[in-house]
Amino acid sequence: MNIKILNKKCNGCGLCLKSCLFDAIELINKKAKIKENCNFCGVCVDACPAEAIVLEKKAGRKDLSAYKGVWTFAENRGGKLAKVSFELLGEGKKLATSLGESLSAVLFGYHTTSNCQELLKRGADQVYVVDDPSLKDFRDDPYVKLLSYLVSQYKPAILLAPATYQGRSFSPKVAARLHTGLTADCTGLKIDPQTKLLYQTRPTFGGNLLATIICENYRPQMATVRPKIFEEASIIHPHLSPGASLPSRGRNEEGGVIKVPLPKNLGKSRVNLVKILKNKEENINLADAEIIVSGGRGLGEPKKFSLIFDLAKVLGGVVGASRAAVDSDWIPYAHQVGQTGKTVRPRLYIACGISGAIQHLAGMQTSEVIIAINKDPDAPIFKVANYGIVGDLFEVIPALIKKFS
Amino acid sequence: MKIIVCIKQVPDTTEIKIDPETNRIIREGVSAIINPFDTYALEEAIRLKERYGGETIVLSMGPPQAESALREALSLGMDKAILLSDGAFAGSDTLATSYTLGQAIKKIGFDLIICGKEAMDGSTGQVGPELAETLNIPHIAYVSKIVEIKDRKFKAERMMEDYYEILQTTLPLLVTVTKEINELRLPSLRGTIRAKKEEITRWSASDLEGKKERFGADGSPTRVIKIFHTEVRKSGIILDGNITEIAERLCQELKKQNIL
Repeated sequence: MNIKILNKKCNGCGLCLKSCLFDAIELINKKAKIKENCNFCGVCVDACPAEAIVLEKKAGRKDLSAYKGVWTFAENRGGKLAKVSFELLGEGKKLATSLGESLSAVLFGYHTTSNCQELLKRGADQVYVVDDPSLKDFRDDPYVKLLSYLVSQYKPAILLAPATYQGRSFSPKVAARLHTGLTADCTGLKIDPQTKLLYQTRPTFGGNLLATIICENYRPQMATVRPKIFEEASIIHPHLSPGASLPSRGRNEEGGVIKVPLPKNLGKSRVNLVKILKNKEENINLADAEIIVSGGRGLGEPKKFSLIFDLAKVLGGVVGASRAAVDSDWIPYAHQVGQTGKTVRPRLYIACGISGAIQHLAGMQTSEVIIAINKDPDAPIFKVANYGIVGDLFEVIPALIKKFS
Repeated sequence: MKIIVCIKQVPDTTEIKIDPETNRIIREGVSAIINPFDTYALEEAIRLKERYGGETIVLSMGPPQAESALREALSLGMDKAILLSDGAFAGSDTLATSYTLGQAIKKIGFDLIICGKEAMDGSTGQVGPELAETLNIPHIAYVSKIVEIKDRKFKAERMMEDYYEILQTTLPLLVTVTKEINELRLPSLRGTIRAKKEEITRWSASDLEGKKERFGADGSPTRVIKIFHTEVRKSGIILDGNITEIAERLCQELKKQNIL
């Protein structure tokens, strides 16, 4: 690999300096110069408007053998690890075992010690952590720059991030920055025994089909993973004391927590958080809910949604809604389940007065158990329901509330 | 303010059927529509122009027939439409798509780019953020409300799992929007007539700068190797009897499955 500046073309604009992840370019006499610590990542080649930087790659297939191990991104939500972080760890472990390589978690945040321990207890061979006050809240810019930086430094073969609002926002930027492939919302992951490639399977065409995708010639192989699909990694080292290192396993010699100091400028964000608005009235976290009770047009009028809230309350669940109910302004959009709303996968989904248009089914049909209540026996919702109740929901729901409370 | 909206023409996935014999998608007779989330992006651009003035441009990459999606966008009130169409763009994954869109956008110039949060067919939501990275600008995904744009300062609300954030940044910027951001308008008669006459700019690979090997399949790190039909969920049982019995039965079933 060789990189050079074409001095005739370079106009000294300095954009390459800004783009460089490694601070490996300097300006001398208004011409860019590549320093020795260049990582040949090629980000500057794309950043140069004058096409004055040339990266000469080896002919033929790229040598990807430097990339080893599986990384999973641990999502920090207000100081706590989102459950999906453990699901990624559990699935990452299987992939790492198939490859015979190590499993690492990556964590950004502030005061992260207990979260690091939790990740080690649940089977991470090591945790790469950047702990800094500027990383207290999620922001795209530092996440993108830091994760790209770590990947370029340590070269994992596979990088899994959660398909959450955070993960789906920053992961594509990381993939673009590293110039590699990213597969969204995976629901199936496996190592092909022959090629050792990651086979990434995801729903497509509104959930009607599944597609398996590979990334042959670029590394890492990146995927975002849908929450609540994979099992959480269980605690396998319960008595790990803070500060302890695990015996090293896999190929990486270092065990335990690898603290990476925040490199200069990487903590900065062009977008600033002004404030967080909590939804005061009710819980709208449908993505993580174990039980969801959803209401549709069958309720007849907005105030009847109180029945849905009551049933959700006795079950300890969260309230969802069909598009029809949201479009009629009966309930805010944050509650909408379906193709133009949220995709959910609770253990129990109760559809009340929802006919079951294909758009709605696309958002909830992977729920573990579905109960449908509708007065129309031909409603399509019954085709996906484990238990159907044909009847008047104003009689059925109060009876269920009474029974479950 | 120059606003670019990126749209995608998609098959109406709610109409998609699978041939049970061959397991292939039956595309015949499936209508092509503007990706629903992109319609909110278009609406927002038109509203911002009404509020702050400026120019609105709609951009799409796709086969020649994607022109109809652009005409629809013009009928809603977008000022100008550009179609990127070339065999060289075929087989683009999200990275190649964002690279290609990025080359066109550099040529057009912009202050703000608006995309839908994801397309209805692929549902990756990746092109928006990847495009922002290609252009080396910040982005805000899942915007549910643009609060204010003043002296190039931009303030918006974005949706997260169980809360909203208010974020502030400076133009140039890319946002992806949810359907919560606005309510759609219908095309006006005047707009429809105008849209029929308006010329749509068409650019091929040779009209764009950038490296040709980064377009289309060659520029795509990912490759689909298999598409198959999802297992259909089997329907269960209809519970009969009086309501108290049904409630009792459900309670038992849910306890048996460890849900209650």
